[in-house]
Amino acid sequence: MLQIENLRFGWHPGRPLLEIPELRLERGERLFLRGPSGSGKSSLLGLIGGVLQAQRGSISILGTDLQQLRGSARDRFRADHIGLIFQQFNLLPYLDALANVLLALEFSPRRRARLGTQATIEARQLLERLELAGAAVAGRPAAELSVGQQQRVAAARALIGAPELLIADEPTSALDAETRESFLALLFAECARAESAVLFVSHDRSLETRFDRSLELGALNRAGMVPA
Amino acid sequence: MILRVALASLWNRRLAAALSLCTLALSVALLLAVERVRAQTRSSFSSTVSGTDLIVGARTGAVQLLLFSVFRIGEPSNTLSQATWHALAAEDTVAWTIPLSLGDAHRGFRVLGTNNDYFEYFRYGARRQLEITDGGRLEGDYDAVIGADVAATLGYGPGSEIEVAHGGGRAAISVHAEHPFQVVGVLARTGTPVDRTIHVPLAGIDAIHAQFGHGPATAKPALTAIFVGLNNRAAALGLARQLNDYEPEALLAILPGLALAELWGVVGVAEKSLLVIAGCVVLAGLLGMLTALVTTLGERRREMAVLRAVGAQPWHIAALLVFESTLLATAAATLGLLLTTLAFALLAPLIGRNSGLYLQPMQASPHEAALLATVIVAGMLAGLIPACMAYRNTLADGLTVRT
Repeated sequence: MLQIENLRFGWHPGRPLLEIPELRLERGERLFLRGPSGSGKSSLLGLIGGVLQAQRGSISILGTDLQQLRGSARDRFRADHIGLIFQQFNLLPYLDALANVLLALEFSPRRRARLGTQATIEARQLLERLELAGAAVAGRPAAELSVGQQQRVAAARALIGAPELLIADEPTSALDAETRESFLALLFAECARAESAVLFVSHDRSLETRFDRSLELGALNRAGMVPA
Repeated sequence: MILRVALASLWNRRLAAALSLCTLALSVALLLAVERVRAQTRSSFSSTVSGTDLIVGARTGAVQLLLFSVFRIGEPSNTLSQATWHALAAEDTVAWTIPLSLGDAHRGFRVLGTNNDYFEYFRYGARRQLEITDGGRLEGDYDAVIGADVAATLGYGPGSEIEVAHGGGRAAISVHAEHPFQVVGVLARTGTPVDRTIHVPLAGIDAIHAQFGHGPATAKPALTAIFVGLNNRAAALGLARQLNDYEPEALLAILPGLALAELWGVVGVAEKSLLVIAGCVVLAGLLGMLTALVTTLGERRREMAVLRAVGAQPWHIAALLVFESTLLATAAATLGLLLTTLAFALLAPLIGRNSGLYLQPMQASPHEAALLATVIVAGMLAGLIPACMAYRNTLADGLTVRT
C-alpha cells in the first residue's frame, strides 16, 4: 500500500538528505524503522505525510502518487488515509480527550462518512478499549492527563475512522518501560481491528521483535548520514 | 467544530484575550462618544431655534450673540434700548419681534425677561411652537412661566414663588425676597435651553433692577437681544446690513443659520482633532490586540502542528487567526457601543443640567455604523499579519515543531 521508489530529498540542492531506491509496506503490515535522530527520519515521515515534497522519485500510497498532488490535496489525503502519533505534544491541551479524538474527523470527510452518526460512540468505545473510559479521563482537558494517557488518546485519534496507514514517530520514548509495553499492546490491537498498516519509527531496538519486519534507515538511505 | 476549536483555544488564553478586548472596547467607546457628542451637538444646536430670521443685539461677536441669546451660554456684554426695538418692530418687512432681557437667575436657572410674543412666535426643532401644559401665559408684572426642567428639578408648579437674584451664575448675589415672582405656567419639554429658563415679563425685570439700584423703575428696561421674524425671508440679509449700519446705536444683526455655520467653523477644527485622536486610540487598541496575537504565535506552534497532523491545510491555520482577530474586533465594537450608550444614559442628565447640551443616549449618529464597520474590518486586516506569519511557520514546521 505504501511504495517509495527512487526517492531523493534534501533541504539544499546537491546535498541530498534522503536517497531511497525502494521502500514498500503491505496492507496491515507492521514495519519497524530504526534510525537515530539526524538520519532524515523526520523528513521521511514529512514526505510520506505529504507536508514535504521530494525533488525526485515517487511516493505512492494506496495507488495515489503524492508527488502528483497539490499541497492542499496532500493535506486532504493525509486527513483521509493517515493517522499520526508523535513522541509528545500530540493533543490540543485545552480540548478534552473525546474532542481531541474527534478532531481527526474534522478535516476528513471520508473518515467522517465512514463513521456517520456513530462518530462520538465510536470515539468513546475506542477510548474505552484504550483504557481511557469514564468522564474522569474522557471529559478532562488533555493537559491534565498523564503522558501515558495522552499517548493513548493520540493513538485513538490516529486510528478513529480506520485510516489505512498509521505512522508512529517515537511514540513510546516519553513512556516508562511498563507503560510502553501496555501501550504497544493496546496500539497493536487497535491497528489490527482497523486493519491499518503500521510504520513505526524508533531508536529503541528492544521493541523490534514485536514487528513483522524491521529495517535500518541508515541501510536504506543511500545518501547516508548527514551531520545535522 | 473547527469554530469550536478556535473558541476553545481563545478561551484557553482568555485573560490575555480579555485584556486586549477591554483595551479595544474602551478605545471604540471613546471614538463613538466623540462622534456621538459631535453629531448630537450639531443637531441639538440646530434644532434649538428655527423660524427666527434675524437675531439682533448690541455690537458684539456673531457667535457670542448666538450663544447667549439662543443657548443661554455666556453673558450678554451690552444692551440695546427699547427705542431701537420699537423702531425695528415698525419696519415693513418685520412680521414679529421677541424682546429678550437676560442677566438674572434663580437657583442656577436663567431668568428671561420677555413678553407673550415669545410663546406666540418662538419656534424650535421642526417649527414647533412652545406649549404650556399647566397654567397660562404671563398676565401681571410678577408672573413667571417656567421650563420643564425648572419645574421638575425645583418641584415648582403654578402658584410656586420665585426669588430672582441678579447675575446669571449659581453664585448670584443679592437675592431679593420682597417681590417674588409667581409661577403661572409650565412649558412642555422641548429638549432645548427653554426647559431650563424662567420667563418673566420685561416689566418684572425692570422692577427688580430698580430695587437693586440699577435705575428708576419708570425707565424702560434695556434689552439684550431681539429675535426677529420677517414677512419674507429673502429680506433677511438686506435688513441685517441695514441694522449693522444703524446710527443711533451700535447693533449687530445675525442670521442664525450663518452664525451657526460660523460656530461650526470654529468648533469643527476641535471636533476633527478629537476624532483623529480617538481614531489613534483605536489604532493603539488594534496594535495591542495584534501584539497579543503575535506573541502567542510562538507558543501556539505546537497547536498548529497538531492541526496540520490531522489534516488541516495551511490556510485553515491562517483562517483561525483571522477569525480570532475579527471575533475580538467585533466583540470590542459591540462592547464599545454598549459602553458609550451606557455612559450617555448615565451622564446625559448631568451634562444637560450643566451645559444646556441635551444628549439622547439611544440616538446613534449615522456615522457610527461606518466607524464600527471600519473597526471590525481593521481588526480583520490586522489578523492577516499573524495569519501570514503562522502560514509560513506551518509550512516550515511541517508536522513536528523542533523545540
